[in-house]
Amino acid sequence: MDDEVLLEKLLVGDQDAFRALVSRYHSSLVRVARYHVDSDAAAEDVAQDTWVAVLRGVHKFEGRSSFKTWLFKILVNRSRTAGSRDRKQVPVDTAFAEPTVEQSRFDAGGAWTDPPTPLDDLVSAHLDDALVVRAIRDAVRELPEPQQAVVTLRDVEGLSTYEVSALLGLTEGNVRVILHRGRAKVRAALEGVARGGLP
Amino acid sequence: MSVLTRDVTCREAVELVTDYLEGSLSTRERRRFEHHLARCDGCEGYLAQVRAVVAATGAVGPEDLDPATLQGLVALFEQYKGDS
Repeated sequence: MDDEVLLEKLLVGDQDAFRALVSRYHSSLVRVARYHVDSDAAAEDVAQDTWVAVLRGVHKFEGRSSFKTWLFKILVNRSRTAGSRDRKQVPVDTAFAEPTVEQSRFDAGGAWTDPPTPLDDLVSAHLDDALVVRAIRDAVRELPEPQQAVVTLRDVEGLSTYEVSALLGLTEGNVRVILHRGRAKVRAALEGVARGGLP
Repeated sequence: MSVLTRDVTCREAVELVTDYLEGSLSTRERRRFEHHLARCDGCEGYLAQVRAVVAATGAVGPEDLDPATLQGLVALFEQYKGDS
């Protein structure tokens, strides 16, 4: 069911609609909050506060942006106020670009000696496989900040790079650098599954 | 050949994939990248991998919520639903 349909139901106090929205977004909210505050507990609190703000403000939602964008904006505002004291500065090191593919896979001239294993079959035919689902979610969860917040918003939630940059207070260039590093790790994890073979 | 006109190596090409997919390479960089890709199965395969990963990450979605957390949030709902 669309977010907007769930929102209509939420307006009339439908608990199932709330359950559906919470199930859809709470984990990502906690992830992104974790970028702004220093502990998992604080991130969980901020995500909870966000739902309270949604419940209190749902009648004010005008649909100018998607519900998803509205929701993450509330989250970011909450984490900035609630967590301003323990908010951390995450340096974005873009000057020195660390390679994202194991250098042993290239020869001295920079050409592949160990080329990529195709993943299309794995992800198209086995996306319901617990192993593949777990590999992707584990890889995202193990990303360091700010990669985790960026990959969550851009790839898991599908927001635009512009939206991600606005939400996290990063330039679009920095979002792309961070996204590049994060995606490369998820890619490596999935390739590992492909090479290990499915059960 | 100068650095600007020579072909990119595979090692360099893999680092351009995100900017390529995001449409943020300069025209010159994009041409060099595509020129390389057209002649390199390995890098074409790498680009396909990254595309597959992006699609799969979106399709799999966020982690499942544990029942205790869900219950806690439903309790919040019961507490605040009349406030709006």
